[in-house]
Amino acid sequence: MKTKTTEFDWKPLALVPALALVVWPFIGSGSTWVTLTVAGLAMGMIIFVIASGLTLVFGLMDVLNFGHGVFIALGAFVATSVLATMGDWTGSDQLWRNMVAVLPAMLVAMLVAGVVGLAFERFIVRPVYGFHLKQILITMGGMIIGEELIKVIWGPLQIPMPLPQAMRGSLIMGDAAIEKYRVIAVIVGMFVFGVLAWTLSRTKIGLLIRAGVQDREMVESLGYRIRLLFVGVFVVGSALAGLGGVMWGLYQQNVTPQMGAQVNVLIFIVIIIGGLGSTGGALIGALLVGLMANYTGFLLPKVALFSNIALMVAILLWRPQGVYPVTNR
Amino acid sequence: MNASNLLTLSGVHTHIEAYHILHGVTLQVPRGQLTMLLGRNGAGKTTTLRTIMGLWKASKGSVHFNGQDITAMNTPEIAGMNIAYVPENMGIFSDLTVKENMLLAARKAGNARQMDEARLKWIFGLFPAVETFWNHPAGKLSGGQKQMLAVARAIVEPRELLIVDEPSKGLAPAIINNMIDAFAQLKASGVTLLLVEQNINFAKRLGDTVAVMDNGVVVHSGAMKELAEDEALQKSLLGLAL
Repeated sequence: MKTKTTEFDWKPLALVPALALVVWPFIGSGSTWVTLTVAGLAMGMIIFVIASGLTLVFGLMDVLNFGHGVFIALGAFVATSVLATMGDWTGSDQLWRNMVAVLPAMLVAMLVAGVVGLAFERFIVRPVYGFHLKQILITMGGMIIGEELIKVIWGPLQIPMPLPQAMRGSLIMGDAAIEKYRVIAVIVGMFVFGVLAWTLSRTKIGLLIRAGVQDREMVESLGYRIRLLFVGVFVVGSALAGLGGVMWGLYQQNVTPQMGAQVNVLIFIVIIIGGLGSTGGALIGALLVGLMANYTGFLLPKVALFSNIALMVAILLWRPQGVYPVTNR
Repeated sequence: MNASNLLTLSGVHTHIEAYHILHGVTLQVPRGQLTMLLGRNGAGKTTTLRTIMGLWKASKGSVHFNGQDITAMNTPEIAGMNIAYVPENMGIFSDLTVKENMLLAARKAGNARQMDEARLKWIFGLFPAVETFWNHPAGKLSGGQKQMLAVARAIVEPRELLIVDEPSKGLAPAIINNMIDAFAQLKASGVTLLLVEQNINFAKRLGDTVAVMDNGVVVHSGAMKELAEDEALQKSLLGLAL
């Protein structure tokens, strides 16, 4: 078969190493730079896990779900309950025994977040399809109700979520100290990205999702029920937010009912940087946000909160529709 | 209802928000023939096609396909009845490759290997650009290549009815000739076609039957040959816009 191919747009991908290299001279110490970079990548991968579902939800149905944060908090709280029953396993200094506790906690958190996501879509999102203002108001309302329900079940106070024994401490590489959990977070994030990328690029369902993000009417005209697809994506997105909540809780080593709302701002920055509906863009956006937060937290703590907004503005000045804009949107 | 008609619209009215666009469209598409739907800009041709596909709902009247009332059906159900639709903007998924665009329309195939190879070869014969740019992002194709892909995608599996909105719009003469050959071959293979056109010469070369719309109603229908041979009728129905 005679075929022609086209080149990959590598410029956005190059932003991540470029940012890391640009700040190196300002940090001065190589070991500190390595520590901050790994911390930034870990934070970025956790944010990506949370944001990946949200960007597809927006891309497929133009739904602005400001309540996505509630699934983060829900996942984290569910995990605290599961981990609380597995003290023998989390207290062990063997990594495999820790994983036997953490993996079920993650799976249960994803299951509960997914089921609640199904109800959230049915009763909160579905009545407001096509109405952005109403979507913002009602999904924020849904998140507030969700937070209050979490307080009813688990109480209003912060709950500690200590890292399992073998995940604590650091790996020493030369002068650099790299926290073990951050390496684990990067691996889990990479795994989730790999599964998502494979599903989106190699399966018919993934193809339908990518096509639906561009032109849902045409997907329907080809004979596919986009609503069913959207419900599936919403549930998976909620489950991934639940998983991200577990990872974020372990990263912070505590959970609060408001944690979802706090992370919400970051994930919206990520999906705007990435290009609404773009999973690859969300990964780039998440890594940039994670790195920027850690570098500015070290170099200029007073502007750390503002730095990600500035990053988003700079990216949008370069590419107004995000780093990997989805065509036709 | 005449069984020789594959598609029949009876007194169809369509509203888009506050606007009343179709005012009782009655149209027959005979089985196995190529029907041209002509008319000036804003006559209601595209709205008629979108109403057939369920993308806009008829507020009154009925649409029957193969004797079955499809007026209230949703778009995926209508497409599932072996009706293929190519919209005016072609509906190409620009971020997907040509192969992925084709695979999406092949509802029975889970992956590219499961697509009907003999049919693909036939399609490559009709539209060589589809084969040449098989792994190329569809968004990088030229306008003519996109139109070829849009029609190729619509016929990747056998369909009973092919509906195409303005297939010759913005295309170079050589590509229009290519399109005419392809539609003629499709008709010869037994597919019924309904094409919206503004290019009267394209319509004359292909059409078996014709319906002319104006102000949301069908004002003339009959054999294409009759209209083609009657310049006065063409002028009175279609004006100078065509």
